[in-house]
Amino acid sequence: MRALFAGLGLLVAALWLASLLTGPAGIAPAEAIAALVRGGEGPVPIVMTEIRLPRALLGLAVGAGLGLSGAAMQGYLRNPLAEPGLIGVSGMAALGAVIAIQTGLALSAPLALPVAALTGAALGVGLLVALAGPRGGSVTLILAGVAISALAGAGTALVLNLSPNPYAANEIVFWLMGSLADRSMQHLWLALPPMLSGAALIVSAGRGLDALTLGEGAAAAMGVSPAGLRWRLVAGVALIVGPATAVAGAIGFVGLVVPHLLRSRVGARPSALLPAAAMGGAALLLAADIAVRLILPERDLKLGVLTAIVGAPLFLHLIWKTRSGGRV
Amino acid sequence: MTLLDLRGLSVTRRNRPVLHGIGLAVRAGELVGLIGPNGAGKSSLMEAALGLIPFTGTSDLAALDPGHRARRAAYLPQSREIAWPVSVEDLVALGRIPWPGGGRSPADRAAIDAAIARMGLEGFRRRTALRLSGGEQARALIARALAQQTPLLIADEPVAGLDPAQQLACLRLFRALADEGHGILASIHDLGLAARFCTRLVLLAEGRVLADGPPDQVLQDALMRRAFGIITRRIDTPDGPAILPV
Repeated sequence: MRALFAGLGLLVAALWLASLLTGPAGIAPAEAIAALVRGGEGPVPIVMTEIRLPRALLGLAVGAGLGLSGAAMQGYLRNPLAEPGLIGVSGMAALGAVIAIQTGLALSAPLALPVAALTGAALGVGLLVALAGPRGGSVTLILAGVAISALAGAGTALVLNLSPNPYAANEIVFWLMGSLADRSMQHLWLALPPMLSGAALIVSAGRGLDALTLGEGAAAAMGVSPAGLRWRLVAGVALIVGPATAVAGAIGFVGLVVPHLLRSRVGARPSALLPAAAMGGAALLLAADIAVRLILPERDLKLGVLTAIVGAPLFLHLIWKTRSGGRV
Repeated sequence: MTLLDLRGLSVTRRNRPVLHGIGLAVRAGELVGLIGPNGAGKSSLMEAALGLIPFTGTSDLAALDPGHRARRAAYLPQSREIAWPVSVEDLVALGRIPWPGGGRSPADRAAIDAAIARMGLEGFRRRTALRLSGGEQARALIARALAQQTPLLIADEPVAGLDPAQQLACLRLFRALADEGHGILASIHDLGLAARFCTRLVLLAEGRVLADGPPDQVLQDALMRRAFGIITRRIDTPDGPAILPV
């Protein structure tokens, strides 16, 4: 297990570095690193610190957050098909962003779009708490999440439906596909604090998730408060996926596939899966973000499209294994 | 020493009274068998005693804070749930969650090893718990409860679904634990096994305790007819009584 974490750590570090060194500007690696470390004037330091560094850091944070919250949702719901989007917060964040694009608010200030998305996410959490209540079980939570996701999807479709011209619709559709291109350090500073506090909440719930392996009754009898655990999980996941969607758009499959891929490597223990899935998520998203820049550099291939193309076959493999009687 | 003390405990679920005015004590050294028809509220009684469901009245266990309570009483629910393909060793280690040490301290290791040895699971340590047979999973889950090292064990139908040999092994273990000074409250449907192994029986029916005492006193014809609507035949054998419902 130590070897797994060391390997994942090295992989994430290597991919992060590769992400810094990948881009259309074609800067030599040595020059790029020197510009980043020493700073200075000229185009190279500006490209490095204002384009590539935020992109690489956001890839790291968003990927880790999606992997971590996916592992947390699967552990809490005791279902390998759960994913962070299940509670509807990412859908509401996307709706907020789409409304900001539609109304032109997104153009008024650099952070108007992510702030609108965060507002949508907060509304989603409020709706979730109102629907699932303080005493509802995990089934109520899923149902409320599905209802909120449907509502957010309908809202997004309505905005697209009413968009005044094809360009606005185009912009919305492209934003929804998810991307880390052209993000600034401001995006990072907006997203990182809530994401870190969400991660802390989820990690603090690790032992409770382990106890849930035995069922809710046995876990409660071992001193794990079901309401406390649910609160931590919902708040933690919302604090991660809300900001992640706000800065990067909708990026699917990372939170679903990464915990599944790593589960057997950590002996299936939910608490051990949390850090592994965070590192795995970061590695997958950084790799995907490098790939979109290498495969079709001039066509602006969207990150969410690539993760879905990679993730869906893995998901099918999971269904295949379940169908053929193997345990997932 | 009293390990569980329930007084005037009542449970209402969905506006339907399930239990009313239950008084029950379990002392160290006792294996108390909880018998009664399906739906009599045996599981509700156990969950209320642990404070897992709302109730009125008093339960000394439920009054403790959850962490402290989990070091006083271990609970084996009726459903033998194992959600993830964890190893038997990791499954047993879950019993250490209420204790400080994160499952890695020498005390944790000793408790886990002792529980695995006691349940004869040494050969299964690294096996995936989900791939074991039902009986082996039941043993692994009992080992988890033993690793919790609590004076009191509350087990909901621990022998349901086990083969005769496993049923005997489970109840012999419970009796041995009681003889070592643990207190055990276990619901059980097999009246013969209950009569043979339990030091005391509690008959739950009509939402209350119909009888509480030594097995011979509780397994009377009139009480059985009232609680289950059946007649029982008792055949005394050298190995203990056989109770035959007819």
